Amino acid sequence: MEIEIFQIVGLGLIATLLALVIKEQKPTFAFLLIVFTGVSIFLFLVDQIYELIRMVERIANEASIDLIYVETILKIIGIAYIAEFGAQITKDAGQGSIASKIELAGKILILSMAIPIMTVIIQTMIKLLPNI
Amino acid sequence: MGVDVNTIFQIAGIGIIVAFLHTILDQMGKKEYAQWVTLLGFIYILFMVASIVNDLFQKIKAVFLFQG
Repeated sequence: MEIEIFQIVGLGLIATLLALVIKEQKPTFAFLLIVFTGVSIFLFLVDQIYELIRMVERIANEASIDLIYVETILKIIGIAYIAEFGAQITKDAGQGSIASKIELAGKILILSMAIPIMTVIIQTMIKLLPNI
Repeated sequence: MGVDVNTIFQIAGIGIIVAFLHTILDQMGKKEYAQWVTLLGFIYILFMVASIVNDLFQKIKAVFLFQG
């Protein structure tokens, strides 16, 4: 586990140097190189996140929490992950406006996925209120 | 690491070679050929990047239970 951070940092440094070299000649190629590096690092991180998620699921199973909620939370994490990735890549390419739109889309999708959980919370709160 | 690092060097190498060819073809006066070489190199790299992006999306779908 510890040795992999050196691999990632080395990969990033090498990719940055190569991108600097190509950027003078062909900026689009440099951009694709950066995209590729980002995707490789994210692909590596997905494996680690998989372990984390299995742990969360196991704990939720043992605590006999409704699996719907855990699934929703996992989907929200997935949306945040992919939206972050897309926003960073587009920001690197100099398209800050598209990046902020992607982030906005991620936030709205997360909000709409959280509707069932929020409904349950509001219903519970209404039940807790004393009847007047 | 799951992804082979060779592909990064491959992309950088293709970029440098294409830039080189572009300059040479430009100085020989064949501007159309230079454009075509650039376009082909770009498509080749775009193909590699698109396939790995597809890989990432499939994996995220599998990990975060999106298939439901």
